Amino acid sequence: MQMLISTIIDGLNLGSVYALVALGYSMVYGIAKMLNFAHGDVIMVGIYSIFVCLNANILPVPVTILICVAVCGLLGFTVEKLAYKPLRQASPLSVLITAIGVSYLLQNLALLIFKSDRKFLQSFLDLGKISIAGTELPVISLVIWGTTLVVMIALDIFIKKTSMGRAMLAVSEDKGAAQLMGVNVNATISLTFVIGSALAGIAAILYAAKYQNVDPYTGSVFGIKAFAAAVFGGIGSIPGAMIGGFSLGLIEALTIGFLPGSLSAASDGFAFAILIIMLILKPSGLLGKKKIEKV
Amino acid sequence: MKKLISLALCMIMALSCFAGCQGGSGNEFILGAIGPLTGTASTYGQSVRNGMQIAVDEINAAGGINGVQVKMLFEDDEADGAKAKSAYEKLMDDGMNILIGAVTSGASVALNDLTAKDGILQITPSASQIEAAQNPNSFRLCFTDPLQGVTMADYTYSTLGYKSVAIIFNQDDSYSTGMKDAFKARWTELGGTIAEEVSFAKDATDFNAQMTKIAAADADFLYMPIYAEKAAQIIITANEKGVNLPFIGGDGMDGILNYLEGDNAKLAEGLLYLTPFVATDPDEKVAAFVAEYEKRFGSTPDQFAADGYDAVYVAKLAIEKAGITSPAAIDNAALIAAMTQIQLDGLTGSLSFTAEGEPNKGAKFAKIIDGQYVAQ
Repeated sequence: MQMLISTIIDGLNLGSVYALVALGYSMVYGIAKMLNFAHGDVIMVGIYSIFVCLNANILPVPVTILICVAVCGLLGFTVEKLAYKPLRQASPLSVLITAIGVSYLLQNLALLIFKSDRKFLQSFLDLGKISIAGTELPVISLVIWGTTLVVMIALDIFIKKTSMGRAMLAVSEDKGAAQLMGVNVNATISLTFVIGSALAGIAAILYAAKYQNVDPYTGSVFGIKAFAAAVFGGIGSIPGAMIGGFSLGLIEALTIGFLPGSLSAASDGFAFAILIIMLILKPSGLLGKKKIEKV
Repeated sequence: MKKLISLALCMIMALSCFAGCQGGSGNEFILGAIGPLTGTASTYGQSVRNGMQIAVDEINAAGGINGVQVKMLFEDDEADGAKAKSAYEKLMDDGMNILIGAVTSGASVALNDLTAKDGILQITPSASQIEAAQNPNSFRLCFTDPLQGVTMADYTYSTLGYKSVAIIFNQDDSYSTGMKDAFKARWTELGGTIAEEVSFAKDATDFNAQMTKIAAADADFLYMPIYAEKAAQIIITANEKGVNLPFIGGDGMDGILNYLEGDNAKLAEGLLYLTPFVATDPDEKVAAFVAEYEKRFGSTPDQFAADGYDAVYVAKLAIEKAGITSPAAIDNAALIAAMTQIQLDGLTGSLSFTAEGEPNKGAKFAKIIDGQYVAQ
């Protein structure tokens, strides 16, 4: 029983990071209708920015956190301006390939600047532990769960209640019609990217606080799992991304915890098998909207 | 005036080119070496090269081998099989007499067919995969992965008296699975029990679920046949999860303190691992090598540097045993026959070779005590 509770907490911990990354994927896909494969790499850049700030050893932690979000937001803005905006009218496939290109570019830049070895960060958000039901739980985990929830709710309200948010919804429905209604489509999509990248910044902070290490591939590894979580929850749906992230984390932890040792090597495979079965049963994902394409 | 200077520069360049050409022909034994000097595995290749360079300079200062000077040519393969092959062709064109390499397993195995065809003596300092020494002309200086596993099972069961083990290994790495499988086979043969066995994928960054499972297991120690970088992360998680077992690993644990920042370094206290070389070994030869290495390269030598150093001396002994007195008289068959008759008291222990190309040498163990690697 103790072990079950511990394992579930492990799963929620892992899942909350997936969820936060999946939120960024899902939002950008939902509005700009593009898979931003560079999303994970923006997170990686964010973690490195924290690493650099911590090593400089002169900045207080809150400033470091702000710098990380700013760096990610700015990077998202720049990438969008340089790589994605010129392709607004191009086929989705070209945009997808460009996103993969940006992902490799960021990874290789990191390789060039920071080299391939894993960098270990000083701990900067050490909040201690509390004991719940006899299980030790680091406070940082609670902070991550809380942040993920707050970010999700804030994002949902932003999109549904503000005029900028409604402009995003309009663009996601029909770019052409939105433009005719006076929505600045270009600015709206750019804003979507900046918000998505700032979310990546938040994910970077929580990842850095929890795992305290980074290498140039950190983002892409987490990114792929988070992408799967977003699809599982129904890509484009913000609560879906969250549920998808937590589910994937739980499945992974439980398979590692309760499969016999000789099978534990297959835990990733098992997690993805469940995902595939789920998608066969419900192709649009848990909370995805079923779309009828008119021809 | 400018023209004159550039003309002079051209002359110098042309002359220096000749100088290079002459060095390669005739009066020196040429030890070719192949290993990664750039890329993700570059530290291994650079260490081997530095260790070899010290050995070559020592030998030349003492009058060479049978009165003939030695020259080292080191080619970069980025730990890639295809690049290792072209590096090999280049070295053969440059008149290589003996090949030291490749440094990494994959690249070394890729060279098997080429070196067997040419019949050249191949000594790999550090390729631990079984296939790296499968041909009659290829020899290895380091332990194989399975041998490490077997040695560790014997040591922990018989010497340390442990009876129950928990294992964590990297499922995507043949280094890790090779050690783990051999360890398990030997461990159960001895009568030990396996309390728990968990694995992780090569990209894993989260080890919480694994450590929760280990924490609940009834084991005497945690066997970690993995590389130091992942081991460091696992040890941090293990501490958070209250895993209170001795950590025991293979030679991949070398350098683990580099990955544990600040207070985390304390977590590795008591960690025991098998290694052919410990820089703090009080042995006179080791101390002299470490001092020279630190003076030249500004860092502490690792086992790869020691492997490279020993490999050069193995080549020297083989040439002497075969009675070869000039590069022109190189006889591959005689060199290979000599390999099984030599005995080297090297940095990585007292060493001889079997006809299968495997080293006969005793295992050394190191333990982390007060933040230092201490030879056991």
